[in-house]
Amino acid sequence: MNVRELAMETSALLGRHIRHLLRIPEKLLSLTMMPVAYVVIFGVLFGSAMSVPGVDYLDYLMAGILAQTMLMNVSGTALGVADDLAGGIVDRFRSLPIGAAPVMIARTTSNLLLSLTSAAAMALIGFAIGWRVHTNVLAVLAGFGILALLGLTMAWLGALLGLALRSPEVITPVAFVIVAPITFLSNAFIPLGKLPGWLQAVCAWNPVSAVIAACRDLFGNAGSAALRGMSVFGSAPIPWALLLTVLLLAIFAPLTTRAYRSAVAR
Amino acid sequence: MSIHAEALCKRYGDSYALRGVDLHVPTGTVLGLLGPNGAGKTTVVRILSTLLPADSGRATVAGHEVSAEPKRVRMRIGLTGQYAAVDERLTGRENLTLIGQLHHRGKRAALRRAGELLERFDLCAAADRPVKTYSGGMRRRVDLAASLVDEPAVLFLDEPTTGLDPASRQVLWDIIAGQVREGTTVLLTTQYLEEADRLADRIAVLGEGSVIAEGTQAELKRRVGGERLRIALADPSDVDSAVHTLETLFTERPLLDPESGTISFATREGIDTLAEVTGRLREARIEVAEFGTSRPSLDDVFLSLVGGMDSPVNTDKVGSPA
Repeated sequence: MNVRELAMETSALLGRHIRHLLRIPEKLLSLTMMPVAYVVIFGVLFGSAMSVPGVDYLDYLMAGILAQTMLMNVSGTALGVADDLAGGIVDRFRSLPIGAAPVMIARTTSNLLLSLTSAAAMALIGFAIGWRVHTNVLAVLAGFGILALLGLTMAWLGALLGLALRSPEVITPVAFVIVAPITFLSNAFIPLGKLPGWLQAVCAWNPVSAVIAACRDLFGNAGSAALRGMSVFGSAPIPWALLLTVLLLAIFAPLTTRAYRSAVAR
Repeated sequence: MSIHAEALCKRYGDSYALRGVDLHVPTGTVLGLLGPNGAGKTTVVRILSTLLPADSGRATVAGHEVSAEPKRVRMRIGLTGQYAAVDERLTGRENLTLIGQLHHRGKRAALRRAGELLERFDLCAAADRPVKTYSGGMRRRVDLAASLVDEPAVLFLDEPTTGLDPASRQVLWDIIAGQVREGTTVLLTTQYLEEADRLADRIAVLGEGSVIAEGTQAELKRRVGGERLRIALADPSDVDSAVHTLETLFTERPLLDPESGTISFATREGIDTLAEVTGRLREARIEVAEFGTSRPSLDDVFLSLVGGMDSPVNTDKVGSPA
């Protein structure tokens, strides 16, 4: 495949998605209001009731809630894909001399950009109510880089789901059933120390826990210590987080591109 | 030959959508593909425009085999479907610019081409409004413009004016006719016989997944019923004697209206028959008020072909002014 053409096609399609985002007021609202609500509600509510040994709860929470935002890409991307499939625009794209890859890359990248904007807003709000990082700028950026990898992987998974399910009425519950357990059966909101053994194992071996622990390490929010001894991720969360997200991305991206080709050839 | 299809078959589960379709469209001509809903028109278009693989058969479009070189085919075709395949949330200009960029034109060149098309399709006033605010006719125009961005050699139009009001239909017809004058080869599917009559050089009638008739409008009409001759007698009571006088000229039972004194029947020779009829009636001293000939309309062709081959012509319409 011609890389220059792929880049041209992807950036043109990305322009389309960005225009959409700017033109749908609800999305702008979710971009600003939801993160504020999440950080404040979770931070204040859970923070008043929960304590994590050795670290301020808001510091503990931030990496978790940012990861949750990335996981929300599953339903967001799935719904976007279903919307395109329902209209005639997919036929238009298919009658053009472009492949499946740029269509899917632009779709997932745009959802990633949306969730990164959300994450930035959350970080600002978090900072305003007392979240502090205790490392340097590069480490913090690396943390957001790992979050971005998670977000991109989830966007590809969402695209796959959207292609398979096609209908928004089905996508919403199915995405919830997939995302809710991997969000909550993790170290995102609660310290795992007091959980019963089997539940602790489930949460500690959740790849999302590795990503969150890695971010906590990179933010200086005392993360991996809390996971140490519970799963392999605890000893070296950063390489594990990178390995797992890249591996999943390498599985989902080609799978989804193939699914797009067959989903539209009907 | 810009479009060449041989024995295209397509099956959905147990039911055949296409059972061996052959089509040939010479470069620079318009083929009208007529057929009722469910005849397979859209399936033919989707296969030829590379959107759908055929189960068997082969097709070349603009010199490239559809199944082997879909990308090369896509570089030469434009497709306008039954529903406007544009992005509702983008403006007309943004839609056309996007398509231009996806055809690997630079941003500036794509914008310029979009501007040209908006002007040509009389969409300048609405160019910077989202397409969702457009009327049905405007949407179809944007959609057609989108399929012309890269100046395709072959244009597929799948029921391009279905659901439009007569004025919008006329505008679209003019645009399509203009495109044909510039040398574009067109495959047009339609349920509107008038549309096929207006735009198509040749017509193929599709019924239950195969081509049941093909030819120019005139050929099809002739094949179905030929001309009909209608004689209105001055005195309606002469009908019986007139029928007796003309009996040997009838190839089928004539239609009689004793009340108004009219006789009508199918004829193969047209003018010659007319002369013979005039002579015989004059000899029998039967006075004629009015002669008329009428050709079957495409509606007659269509109804007789898709309604089974038993009735050669839709007789109800014969004799009424076309």
